[in-house]
Amino acid sequence: MKRVNAVVVGAGAAGGIVAKQLATAGLSVALIERGKWYTANDCRKDDLRNQRVTVLGNAFGPDDEGNPRVAVDARGVPSIVLPSEGQYQNDAACVGGGTLSYGAQAWRYMPQDFRMRSTYGAPQGSSLEDWPISYDDLEPFYDQAEYEIGISGDYSGTPFHGPRKRDLPMPPLVPNREFGILESAAKRLGLHPFHLPMARNSVPYNGRGPCMRCRWCCGFACEVDAKNGSQNTVIPVALKTGNCDLRTECMVKEILLDDRGRAHGVSYFDADRHLQQQLSDIVVVSGCATESARLLLNSKSRLFPAGLGNRYDQVGRHLQGHHYTGASGYFDFDTYDDVGPGASIAIIDYNHGTPGLCGGGMLANEFIRLPIHMVNGLPPGTPKWGLGHKQAMRDWHKRTIVVFGPTQQIPTASARVTVDPSVKDKWGLPVVRFEGNVHPHTFDIGQVQAKRAEAWLKEAGAIHTSISAGRPDTVSAGQHQAGTCRMGNDPQGSVVNKVCQLHDVDNVFVIDSSVHVTNGGFNPALTIMAVAFYASGELVRNWKGTGYRS
Amino acid sequence: MQTRNKAALTRRQFVAAGVLGGAALAVGCKAGNQGNWDFFTDAQALDLTALCDQIIPADGFPSASQAGVITYIDRQLFRHYRRHRDAYRDGLEQADALSRKSFAKALADATPLEHLAIVSAVEKQNPTFFDLVRRHTMEGYYGSPRHGGNRDGVSWRMLGLAEPPVRGRAQYDLRKGAAS
Repeated sequence: MKRVNAVVVGAGAAGGIVAKQLATAGLSVALIERGKWYTANDCRKDDLRNQRVTVLGNAFGPDDEGNPRVAVDARGVPSIVLPSEGQYQNDAACVGGGTLSYGAQAWRYMPQDFRMRSTYGAPQGSSLEDWPISYDDLEPFYDQAEYEIGISGDYSGTPFHGPRKRDLPMPPLVPNREFGILESAAKRLGLHPFHLPMARNSVPYNGRGPCMRCRWCCGFACEVDAKNGSQNTVIPVALKTGNCDLRTECMVKEILLDDRGRAHGVSYFDADRHLQQQLSDIVVVSGCATESARLLLNSKSRLFPAGLGNRYDQVGRHLQGHHYTGASGYFDFDTYDDVGPGASIAIIDYNHGTPGLCGGGMLANEFIRLPIHMVNGLPPGTPKWGLGHKQAMRDWHKRTIVVFGPTQQIPTASARVTVDPSVKDKWGLPVVRFEGNVHPHTFDIGQVQAKRAEAWLKEAGAIHTSISAGRPDTVSAGQHQAGTCRMGNDPQGSVVNKVCQLHDVDNVFVIDSSVHVTNGGFNPALTIMAVAFYASGELVRNWKGTGYRS
Repeated sequence: MQTRNKAALTRRQFVAAGVLGGAALAVGCKAGNQGNWDFFTDAQALDLTALCDQIIPADGFPSASQAGVITYIDRQLFRHYRRHRDAYRDGLEQADALSRKSFAKALADATPLEHLAIVSAVEKQNPTFFDLVRRHTMEGYYGSPRHGGNRDGVSWRMLGLAEPPVRGRAQYDLRKGAAS
């Protein structure tokens, strides 16, 4: 197989951008993805099999067959979990990764989110740290992501966002009914509601049409291709250069090292499960926080017996996602208008600045509800079954608003990804094993956030409310998984440096949510994209034509 | 044909064969069941109907079974829910035994009021099985019609949702856009 300049592992939010940036700069790229390439034609509006409701499996991977993981519970007991189960912490496995089927909220983190330790100090037992780069460093790349991927929304209603040089490229969608109900209530409370940013066309953009406002949105591929992910933006551009070869259904086994401890490519199983080698000048790992850590840990060698880049036992640690909390409000008038995507209005007043709390989080109305979501979302005291339950479904399905949001998660070193010593996947590779749980201060923040959501709903006229703010005793990762290959200046306390290059091996990069030091009080997709534009920009700048020399 | 002998296999053999034999046996069983169902015997289907129709009873709108919930569960026991086959076999057997003990008649022959009492008892005595049936009943009733439940989108209509859904509502103003 012909040697390439760069192997990029994973064609998701970050990998697609890296491939495009390198290919357009003239590097030859092999973009290797374990999943398939689905398109708008593969959109199945199946309420029971998508990436949000997975009772009949994941629509966009992985399959339940042959892709197990292991979750260790609070008592230290490991159990096997399947991809369609919550404890699997699934994102997706396909071209586009999570961005094919995500809700597509496209947030910038706030300046404080990059210096959490300086702002708040680290709570006891936590590994709260500052990023080695700042909001200002990323701002141009947030902008690039907003324009190249295509974001709609309007920040003008809030003063709390970080500085930005220009408006979003698309106006917000026409507000749904919940927007109107919640907007006036927020204003009465002295808050600053606005049209949340989304990677979704509100007007024709980038050669594709606008959102048609259907009910099958978050968790689904978009039938009219109005949702913007890497699969319909940067990856087609990368392929058009002629420099990028996308290989789907190919599972990377390990990163290969030469005698001097530099990477010289990867070995992978192709779609027919034949082992192949792809030699390269550099390797970029973009498999998302769990799978990127796993690949490094599975890349053992004489020089790195505990896994590549893992000399100081940092790979896989600081695993974090988002602890979601909020409230449901039940109204005596119709709040539901069957207009997707549903989520439309947000406040970021509470992300920072609450005395006693290390951060906070964004609050927004939830994505449009499918009837199956409502089955367990009825007011407290509703019968769980029988005529009472059926009647309550009729009473409340159109009269419920859910407001919730991602709580800024306080990282710990003990929440981690390792590889299981015995369980293997269908390729015979050791699988991801989760250990640890969530730092308790995260729950303190979540509790306060849930009450704030409830207050907002009450002001909006809810006649009943219920709070959702659990204290689960497991890791939190899921679709917002991050942190496992921390970016930092200290090689003993992080895995990559501030340009996403392994401290230990100068031609291996990790570019995805793994490098997030903290994960903000926001959906992370746009930050993953901005980091990918930033890091691949640095990579191209330092590219000397025949290899990477830092 | 081996598949015609399904009833003759002990449960243990059947389970072992299911684990090892996978899809081939699954297809075989399907062809071999001479009743109206892929997985259930007709008697089991009647027992399950009794339970599901208490979880979602008929009122002005169809009950669980009338909306196709039994079909939904039956099909999934050959697809995504193969792992729940034993739970259904055992759980239905226990529910029937409970009926015989409490009312001296088979579950299928009991009255709706007696069914209600049995389902309440199952919820207390065998919560794992009850939760499974409740979950699957709700999925079948409120999920997508393509899986055999929610026949003709009846639950969605009940909730006042347009079915088939309204298509192509692009609510945008081209004059506002910085379209490219």
